[in-house]
Amino acid sequence: MKAATQTISASECLLRMYDEHHEIEDYQKGVPRWCTGCGDNAILTAVQRLCRDEGLLPEKTVFVSGIGCSSRLPHYMNTYGFHGIHGRALPVAEGIKLARPELDVFVNTGDGDCCSIGAAHWIHAIRYNMDLTMMLHDNQIYGLTKKQASPTSPIGTKSNTTPRGSYLEALNPLTVTLGISNVSFVAQVVDWIPEVLYQVVSSAFHHKGFSFIRIVQRCPEWLPKQMDPWMHDPQRILLLHHENGLEISPSLAKVYTKMEEHDPANMNRAREIASSDDPIPVGILYRDDDIPCYEDVRHDPRLRTAEMVKNGLNAELDKFTVWPEGATHV
Amino acid sequence: MQLGDNIKPNVSATNGNHVNRVSARLKEHIVEIISDSGEGAQKCGQSFGSIVAQMGHGVWTVEIIPAEIRPPARSVAGASGNRIRIGEKRVTNGGNETDLVVAFNEQVLLGRVRSNELKPGCTILLESMWRDDQNPSIKNSYIETYDQLVAAGYRVYEIPMEEECHKHVTDSRRGKNMFALGMLCSSYSLDLQIARNQVALTFGKKSAAVINTNIELLEAGFAWAEANLDFRYEIPSSKTTEPQIVVNGNTALALGVLASGMEICAMYPITPATSASHYLSDAFEKVGGIVHQAEDEIAACAFAIGASYAGKCTVTITSGPGYSLKQEAIGLAVMGEIPLVVVNVMRGGPSTGQPTKTEQGDLMTTIFGSHGDAPKVVIAPGTIEECFYSVITARKIAETFNMVVVILSDANLATSQQPFTRPTFDEAWMAPPIDQSAVPAGAKPYDWDPKTGLARRFIPGQPGGMHTLTGLAHDVNSHVAYDPEINQQGMRARSLKLAALQKTLMPPTVFGDPTGDLLVIGWGSTKGAIEEAVEEFREEGKRVSSLHLTFIQPMPPGIKEILAGFKKIITIENNWSDDPNDEIIDETNRRYSALAMLLRSRYLFDIDCWSECRGTPLKPNTVRRVILEALS
Ligand SMILES: Cc1ncc(C[n+]2csc(CCOP(=O)(O)OP(=O)(O)O)c2C)c(N)n1
Ligand code: SF4
Repeated sequence: MKAATQTISASECLLRMYDEHHEIEDYQKGVPRWCTGCGDNAILTAVQRLCRDEGLLPEKTVFVSGIGCSSRLPHYMNTYGFHGIHGRALPVAEGIKLARPELDVFVNTGDGDCCSIGAAHWIHAIRYNMDLTMMLHDNQIYGLTKKQASPTSPIGTKSNTTPRGSYLEALNPLTVTLGISNVSFVAQVVDWIPEVLYQVVSSAFHHKGFSFIRIVQRCPEWLPKQMDPWMHDPQRILLLHHENGLEISPSLAKVYTKMEEHDPANMNRAREIASSDDPIPVGILYRDDDIPCYEDVRHDPRLRTAEMVKNGLNAELDKFTVWPEGATHV
Repeated sequence: MQLGDNIKPNVSATNGNHVNRVSARLKEHIVEIISDSGEGAQKCGQSFGSIVAQMGHGVWTVEIIPAEIRPPARSVAGASGNRIRIGEKRVTNGGNETDLVVAFNEQVLLGRVRSNELKPGCTILLESMWRDDQNPSIKNSYIETYDQLVAAGYRVYEIPMEEECHKHVTDSRRGKNMFALGMLCSSYSLDLQIARNQVALTFGKKSAAVINTNIELLEAGFAWAEANLDFRYEIPSSKTTEPQIVVNGNTALALGVLASGMEICAMYPITPATSASHYLSDAFEKVGGIVHQAEDEIAACAFAIGASYAGKCTVTITSGPGYSLKQEAIGLAVMGEIPLVVVNVMRGGPSTGQPTKTEQGDLMTTIFGSHGDAPKVVIAPGTIEECFYSVITARKIAETFNMVVVILSDANLATSQQPFTRPTFDEAWMAPPIDQSAVPAGAKPYDWDPKTGLARRFIPGQPGGMHTLTGLAHDVNSHVAYDPEINQQGMRARSLKLAALQKTLMPPTVFGDPTGDLLVIGWGSTKGAIEEAVEEFREEGKRVSSLHLTFIQPMPPGIKEILAGFKKIITIENNWSDDPNDEIIDETNRRYSALAMLLRSRYLFDIDCWSECRGTPLKPNTVRRVILEALS
C-alpha cells in the first residue's frame, strides 16, 4: 500500500504520473448484474472511488472473493481479480499477500461465505493479521442460492429453509471479530450512507493490518423490507465519531443526530457497542496499529538467488552425506 | 544342531574373557531393534543405518511405529523401532524376514513374532533384566516368553544391557540404545570410529557432555559384544566412488522442495506427511522459504493457490484425509490453470484409516478426484532418490503447463532410508523469476493454443493483464460464460495439456527382457520389492519382466507395445482388489486394483491384478509367491 520512495528524473516522473493517473472508469469493468437496488452496487462504487482517489495501479491491485452475489464484485473491477470457491477467499488472499506483499489485496465476501462455510478462515485471518482489507457484505440471507437462512439472519427470518422462521439467534460478526486475539481493525457501515461507507473503506485501506468491515447490505430481492426501519429512521443509526475514527460532515450530522464519541482504542466500549443491532452502530469500532502483520513477521527480505538456494541445499546435503573414502569434502 | 542353539552366555563368567567368535560372511542381513516407545530404538536404528551406509553397504531402513504416541510400556502393540536391511550391493526395499533382533523387552518382541516378522531361527539379543524383576507377573511373563522362543528355535542371547549401562550412566534406560548400537557395530564388524562420529552427529544439537556419554555407551556396547558374543558377521561392501545421501523419503521430498527453488509450502499437520514439513520449517527458511501452517488443509491448499496465482509456484504437503479436503480447491486450480504442486504421502484409508501404515489407496482419487473433469498430472516416485527429483520435475511441469501436479508418495517411502548419489545443484532446477513485463495489447488470459491447450499465465503486477480469474466456466478473456461452445472449448484446452505433456515423455523401460511369459506392473514404493523378486526369477531362467510406472497421468508413450510382448500381465499393488477366489466374486463384480483398472481401460489388455492392504511394505517373497502363482 505504501509506495517505496526512489529517485527518478523529472520527465520520468511526469510520464509516470500520466501513466499512473486513473479516472474512475479505469477501474470499472462490465455491467454489474446485481438486482436493482442491491446494496452490492454501493459497495462497488465505494471501492472504485477508493482506487481512483488512492491512485492504485490496476495491475498491482487484487480483489479476491469467494462465492455468492457479493463475491461477483471482482468481475466488475478492472484490476486483477480472483473469484474462487465458496468460503475460501481469505486463505487465497493470504497466499497472494504472503507471496507478494507489495500488492494491494482486498477481499469481498458474504455472510454465508464468511460466517458459515468460511468461518474457520475468518477467525484465523484475524489472528494472522495480514495487511488485507476485508469487506463482509452482510445481507443476512443467502442471495445467490435463492433465500436460505444465513448465520446472520435475525431469529424468526422466513426463508426457503426456515419457512416458519429461523430458530437460532443471529451470529454477530462484530463481536466475534472483536473477541479474537490479534484483532486490529473493526468497523461497521451500512450500504445506504455512501459518505460513511467510503470513509470507512478508505480508513480500512490505510490501516496496516487486517481490516474487517461489516457492511450491512440490502438484498431487495429476498428480504425487500428488511432494512427499511433503519433506513427510514436515522435515529436507529448510531454514528461513532472520534478524531481517530470517523469524521462526520455537517450535512450528515443534521440527519444522523444519534452520535457517540468513541475512541477506537477502547476495546471494552467497542465490544459493548458491537453487540447492539438497534440502533446499528456505524463507524470504526476498534483499531490497533501496533499488531505485527504476518507477512512482515514471516517474509524474508533477502533476495532469493540461485546461489543462496545452492548454498542452502549443499549445507543441508552435507548433513546427510556419506563420503567415499579419500573424497574431499566439498 | 544350529549354531548357537539355546546359547545363553553366562555373562559374569565370560565377562573379560573373550569368547571365541565364529565369523560368518553374509551377502545381506536384516536387523531390527525394538523397544517401548521413548526408549530410543528409532535413534539407534537410524544411526546404525547411517553407519552401515558409510561403510559402503547397501542399506534400506524401515521405521517400526506403534499407532499411539505413548502406548503402554511392555505391550505387544507398543513395539517401536527400526528395521535395517544391510546388503553387499544396493538394497531397494525392506526385504523379507528379520535375521537378528535386539529387543528391550520380551513383549515388544512377541508382537514381532506374532506378525511373522522374524525369520525362523532368528538371532535375538534380549534385555535380561526382567528375569529378576520384583513384580512376579513381569518375571513370569519374561521367563515364559523366553522358554517359548527358545523352544521355537530362536537363538536367544540374554543380555544385561541396563546393568552394563549402569556402569556408565545413572539413567540406564535411556542410554541402552547406544549400548545396543555398539553391540550391533561389533556384531557386523563395523568401524568404531565411524560409529563414534555418527553418534556425535546424531546428538549434534546436544551438549558435549551428552555426546561424550553416548559415545561411552557405544564403546561399552561394542566392548561387551567383543567379549561376550560368540558370533560375528561380515558383509562385504561395494564402496562407491560418489558421495551418497542417506535420508528418508519425506526428507528427500523436502530437499526437493528446497532445490526446486519453490518459496512457499503451505501445510496442515498430518501423519505420515508431517515430517517433511518439519524438516522444511527448519531448512527452508534458512534460504528465505516459508512454511505456512494453515488452519486446515482446505486453507493450506487455497493459500498455496493464492501464492501460486501471485506468481510463485507453491507446494502443499498432506496425506489421505487432508488430500480429500483439498479436492475442491484442487478443482479451482485446475479450472483457473494455476500451477500447483500437491504432495500426498498416502496412508492406509479410508477415513483416518491406518495413519502410520503404508498403502497405495489414493490413486483413483488423485486421478479422478475433485468434481467434474479435472485433469491433473500424477507422478509416483518409486525410490527415495525419486522423491527428491520428483518435486523438481513437478514444479517444472506445473509451471510449464499451468497445471496441478500431484506427487504420490506413501508411508513406506516416507519413513524408509536408502542412500542415493548426492545431488549436484543445477540452476535450471529453480523456478524462473516472475515475468512482470507488460502484457501486449489484445493478449487474452486464456488464449488457449488450439493444438496444445497451453496459454500464457498473467500475473498480478503485469500491466495490461488485468482479468478476474474464476472457478466458473469462462471464455478466453476469463469472462464467466456458460455458452455450450465455450464450455466445450475450455474443457478441451485443459484436457489437451495432458496430451501435450505426454508427447514430451520417454517410453518407460522394461526391467528384464522386453518380451516374455509374464509382465509384472507396479507403481510407486513397491518398485524395489517387485524388481528384486523379478530378478530372482530371471536368474532362475524364468521369462518374467517388470514395468514400473512413475508417470501415471499422463501415462508415457510405448506402454501398449510393451504389453503386447507378454503372454500374461499382472499388476501388483498395495491397495484393494477383490480376490477372484472369494465365493461371491466373479468377472462381473470383481473390483480390480487401481492401476490394473486404469491399464485395462486404456489399453484393452486382459490385465490381472494382485494386491494387499495389510499396512506393511510389500515384501519380495510376497511378490515371488504371486509370480509363481501367475506363472503356473
Ligand atoms: C462448497 C459449496 N457449497 C455450497 C455452494 C453453494 N453456494 C453458493 S453461494 C452460497 C451462499 C452465498 O451466500 P452469501 O455468502 O451470504 O452471499 P450472497 O449471495 O448473499 O451475497 C452457497 C451456499 C457452493 N458454491 N460451494
Ligand atoms: S439476490 Fe440480493 S444480494 Fe443477490 S444481487 Fe439480488 S439483491 Fe443483491
